[in-house]
Amino acid sequence: MTEPARAERFQQAVLPHLHAAYNLARWLCRNDHDAEDIVQEAYLRAFRFFDGFHGEDARAWLLAIVRNTSYTWLQQNRGHEPNTSFDEEFHSPQEGSVTLLNQADSNPEAILARDDDRALVNRALEMLPAEFREVLVLRELEDLSYKEISSVAGIPMGTVMSRLARARRLLGECLNRMGEESRNGVQRNQGTTAGPRR
Amino acid sequence: MECKETRELLPAHADRELGMGEVIEIDRHLAVCLACQGEFARQNALRAAVKKHATYFAAPAHLESRIQAALPRATARPEARAKWSWRWNWLNIGPVLASVFALVWSLGLYLALPSADDLLAEEVVSSHVRSLMVNHIADVASSDQHTVKPWFNGKLDFSPTVSDFTAQGFPLVGGRLDYLDHRPVAALVYRHREHLINEYIWPASDERETAVQTLSRHGYHLVRWTKSGMVYWVVSDLDPRELMTLVQIQRDHEGSPAEVPAPVKLDDPRTGRATQPNQFTH
Repeated sequence: MTEPARAERFQQAVLPHLHAAYNLARWLCRNDHDAEDIVQEAYLRAFRFFDGFHGEDARAWLLAIVRNTSYTWLQQNRGHEPNTSFDEEFHSPQEGSVTLLNQADSNPEAILARDDDRALVNRALEMLPAEFREVLVLRELEDLSYKEISSVAGIPMGTVMSRLARARRLLGECLNRMGEESRNGVQRNQGTTAGPRR
Repeated sequence: MECKETRELLPAHADRELGMGEVIEIDRHLAVCLACQGEFARQNALRAAVKKHATYFAAPAHLESRIQAALPRATARPEARAKWSWRWNWLNIGPVLASVFALVWSLGLYLALPSADDLLAEEVVSSHVRSLMVNHIADVASSDQHTVKPWFNGKLDFSPTVSDFTAQGFPLVGGRLDYLDHRPVAALVYRHREHLINEYIWPASDERETAVQTLSRHGYHLVRWTKSGMVYWVVSDLDPRELMTLVQIQRDHEGSPAEVPAPVKLDDPRTGRATQPNQFTH
């Protein structure tokens, strides 16, 4: 294949998935400017590896590259990851969270039937550890199948399912806690709420 | 299906990723289990919440043109183009090398294939070795060519030339039927000191004559030629030069104008003497 032909085929197959690429990068790095850099870098990488692409699912293929590029980028720029420490704290009380979960999510509809739902969900999703955030984004925003998520994230299908389940549980907890906070008038003081829970 | 199993599969159920069988089982359980129903509703609500409320970040309009500009294209700047075509040339090297390698490889395989002659040489050596091994060097043990030659009558569809070269140091030991090159052949056995020599004769497939050719296989020496429509293979552990002596004697003998074996026959002092082939050690 000549280079112009290759470039043209690349543009036809991969460029249409720009929004998906940006959405994933944006959710992983949580910053507009960085997301643009990541997506551009991912496209250059994708072009370099385009010979290894054999016309299967271009979107999943590109998203896998975007994901890897994002993580590489996050590693190199770990410095301005605002939620990392919170993620870990939030992440750790797995066993104890079951009871909390049960009371928390007895009425998720009630929590979600509010005016600032959008802000709440976005904020809760942003606070999830990246591995859970990415499966939710791929599943709910990109409508990828388990199989596609498995190939994008490089994890087995069974893990896709359990990770999605866990992600939803964590998201539910988070939404509930935020709901309580706003009810109690305690705004965005996650450090203190997360503390006593442990 | 129990609660535990159901709970494990609920996320996939909510995501409609389960097979029909599992869906039916889970629905059956959900119909009777309030706890699982609640969990299912919760998961669906969370799914819906993210779907409905989470922001889908669409790429800003300028990003596409920015990427287009960064990507190498047919209209790209010269230096960028040069860089990419260089890379592309190097990418080409792989397939080119692979093709060259494949070509060389298959040529090598083709050349390494044993030719018909090679196979025949192997066959001749095997037959020679076998004749020594099974103590069956001759079906007709006689140094008399007039005993040996007629013995082949009715056993072969051709009549081989049989001569005794005792005078030249290669007494005839006997004759035997053998099978080479997919046909019955005449095998004549000569002796030179303690070495036994097998000579195989059969009609050639065409009239082409071929010159004397020597080969070696597994320490045995072979001489082959085609003459007067007959194929000759001589094989022995004998020294190649001595073997060539026999070949030369034989070819001279056959090639002489007095092809009628009569005078030779009369020269033979040992007519009628039968030898015991098995007494020879290889």
